[in-house]
Amino acid sequence: MPEYQKHEHDVLVIGAGGAGLRAAIEAAHSGASVGLICKSLLGKAHTVMAEGGVAAALANVDDRDNWKVHFADTMRGGQYLNNWRMAELHAKEAPDRVRELEAWGTVFDRTPDGRILQRNFGGHKYPRLAHVGDRTGLEMIRTLQDYATYQPIDVHMECTIVSLLKDGNRIAGALGYDRERGRFKLFSAKAVVLATGGVGRAFSVTSNSWEYTGDGHALAYNAGAALQDMEFVQFHPTGMVWPPSVRGILVTEGVRGEGGILVNREGRRFMFDDIPENYRNQTADNEEEGWRYTQGDKNARRPPELLTRDHVARAIVKEVREGRGSPHGGVFLDISWIRAKLPNSEEHIKKKLPSMYHQFKQLADIDITKEPMEVGPTTHYVMGGVRVDGDTQMSTVPGLFAAGEVGAGLHGANRLGGNSLSDLLVFGMRAGKYAAEFAGRQATPRIDTQQADDMVRIALEPFNRQGGGEGPYQVEHDLQTMMQELVGIVRKDDEIRRALEALKALRDRARKVSVTGNREYNPGWHTALDLQNLLTVSEIIARAALERKESRGGHFRDDFPEKDPNHASFNIVIRRGPAGEVQVSREPIPDMREDLKRIIEENK
Amino acid sequence: MATESLARGIAESGQRAAARSNTSAGTETRKATFRVWRGAGPTGELKDYSTNVSEGMVVLDAIHQIQAETATDLAVRWNCKAGKCGSCSAEINGMPKLLCMTRLSELDLNKPVTVEPMRAFPPVKDLVTDVSSNFRAKKRIRRFTPRPPDAPDGTWRMQQADVDRVQEFRKCIECFLCQDVCHVLRDHHLHEQFVGPRLLVHAAQLEMHPLDILDRTDELKDSGGIGYCNITKCCTKVCPEHITITDNAIIPLKERVIDKHYDPLGKLVRLIRGRKREEGRGKGEAGSEGRAP
Repeated sequence: MPEYQKHEHDVLVIGAGGAGLRAAIEAAHSGASVGLICKSLLGKAHTVMAEGGVAAALANVDDRDNWKVHFADTMRGGQYLNNWRMAELHAKEAPDRVRELEAWGTVFDRTPDGRILQRNFGGHKYPRLAHVGDRTGLEMIRTLQDYATYQPIDVHMECTIVSLLKDGNRIAGALGYDRERGRFKLFSAKAVVLATGGVGRAFSVTSNSWEYTGDGHALAYNAGAALQDMEFVQFHPTGMVWPPSVRGILVTEGVRGEGGILVNREGRRFMFDDIPENYRNQTADNEEEGWRYTQGDKNARRPPELLTRDHVARAIVKEVREGRGSPHGGVFLDISWIRAKLPNSEEHIKKKLPSMYHQFKQLADIDITKEPMEVGPTTHYVMGGVRVDGDTQMSTVPGLFAAGEVGAGLHGANRLGGNSLSDLLVFGMRAGKYAAEFAGRQATPRIDTQQADDMVRIALEPFNRQGGGEGPYQVEHDLQTMMQELVGIVRKDDEIRRALEALKALRDRARKVSVTGNREYNPGWHTALDLQNLLTVSEIIARAALERKESRGGHFRDDFPEKDPNHASFNIVIRRGPAGEVQVSREPIPDMREDLKRIIEENK
Repeated sequence: MATESLARGIAESGQRAAARSNTSAGTETRKATFRVWRGAGPTGELKDYSTNVSEGMVVLDAIHQIQAETATDLAVRWNCKAGKCGSCSAEINGMPKLLCMTRLSELDLNKPVTVEPMRAFPPVKDLVTDVSSNFRAKKRIRRFTPRPPDAPDGTWRMQQADVDRVQEFRKCIECFLCQDVCHVLRDHHLHEQFVGPRLLVHAAQLEMHPLDILDRTDELKDSGGIGYCNITKCCTKVCPEHITITDNAIIPLKERVIDKHYDPLGKLVRLIRGRKREEGRGKGEAGSEGRAP
């Protein structure tokens, strides 16, 4: 029988990025005893990578902004598949969450009159992103981390959860292992908050780190919770493409917010060529107007580079496919051209985009103040995730909550830049609050050690196959390559079916994977375990993508290239069937409240 | 107008980019040897691994390749791979660096490249060390405590110039390379007596934060052990974020400690005037005070 280190908490938060930290803080404020699980060290989670800013209708830069406009922008960006209640709460509460960060020590850039400065971003009608140069995520996670340091929160660093545990229908805790020694940990918890982020490692070109293996998605799914919108994966239009080893690393949308433009190898600014109907009224007619918009002219409309990410990413793919791409298979993103407009452009760029300047200088020998960058789409974010109640963030499993990227609903078919950082604050806070409340009403759950023992046995299998099968890295690599090719930005029925076949074969290989060495800090073993989650979410993404026979937001079907109004009224919901099969269903979106409908009409 | 000159610029840079890939085509890949520390706990040895390398690769890429090809259990921390999270700190040819931001083109590949863990911290396995002391040390510095809000809606007003001053310190990615080279920690192992440069940068951002009202000079002197630092500036040299740790963070803090504890005239003035001014002051002012020559 395996030995466990046992921990007992009212609320167990799995994941310590922005959403997890904010949830843990809120649960601790509510008086709950809180455990916080970090897959890495504290403060290294993916939030650290967020660059552009946090969206909140503070109206510090443009007083026409308010929650209603932010709500309407979010719904338009999500192509109306959003959980409208979440979009409403998010737009209303984001300003308070941002101001609260300032009270905890965040130092945002300022307006001339000393208030929080806001910048333009794709899909946002007014300058709305509070920011700190281009390292907003670092500032945010450090603020939350430092604040949490002084709260009664038990932090379990470098700990990975392999399974949730249940007591009958409700959640009872989780089983994990610590990386350092490979010891198993048994957590008893009255409520569990998933804040594990996304699934980017299912694809080969991604801005996501090794941690992003869909753990929370798979944990929830295996525990019987419903997922939704899993066909909607966001491919960020601008990732680095050269040199090969940095392919996929994010280039912030802030570059375009500050006036950066996209051009093909002929020097043509191709984004003016195709402007979607529902954004025509909000898009600049000419380059001059677009430039004025980025410089804060309230009468100007946004340049087409600041259309939503799904649209910009597809426009780039089109240029490359039709032979007008850059030498390494991307297009050019140029901010250096603003020297024609600003006398001190080099200093200005370094001040506004310091980490981009640094990143290109160091990794690609390119001085972005003098020459264009080469960029192309990179897997960045998953809109889909655990299906939750909009107010409480509780999933369909009692006591299991989800917040941040692993939750679904706020972003619909496509997320606007900047809405992720605000998402994790608003719904991290809500999840923490309602998880603590839920925990307060529950008795301590009963942990079924048999459940845990079984999981441990499965988790240790790769060691027992020593010398037998192949290592986990090759299987992971092949999975990523396959998903990129067959379930990537442009999808087709026959390709998705081929992907499902390929997944069966990969699953067989994964079952035979063996690892060497012992349990102490063994990345081969960790990869073998993460691989199971990657296989699960990859199949879910493929099944959902097959079901949505239209093109909308982050999901583009070559065989159904148009948006279909018949597909506008439902979310695709995924559950685990009794025999372990993936069950796909279409579930209607509840009718929107009349007052919210009016807001959308008024902001058309 | 802009577009025309732009088109020219793009064409030129396209040629440059193409030229880059052409030169690399000739020398596409080559073998290189990495001499990597392998071991659990305090015991271990350097082992040689040979792998193919190509243009643009960083040391972390090579480590990952070795992991995938031969040493599947080779332990290494990493996350963002873009110099933003500070996870992959190590010593490359004896120099404290981030594995993800050290390009192979900076190194002489005709000799084996040595990759070792940070030596100032207890070893865990291979390239991974126990850095938990840094997280514990933070608790020895009191938390951010703002003055009451400036506006009735609960918000504050700050000038960009004051914000800029602390943003230098808030850039810190907590890679702990500064702690790694600090001889007080590395050679004398005074982790419990001295919080180290990283935490002094943390203290500096709090002390110079435009909103913060606490005075941390006592704890910096006592539990922080700021007196141990004798300004060798090694920390500044290795900071991947180019924070001027010694000059901008540590020296001003030392000056405050000296002003408060070792300046008899100042002590007298404080006795007479009481501590009121100190408690109520804005830290923007305090920041410039600390820096003034």
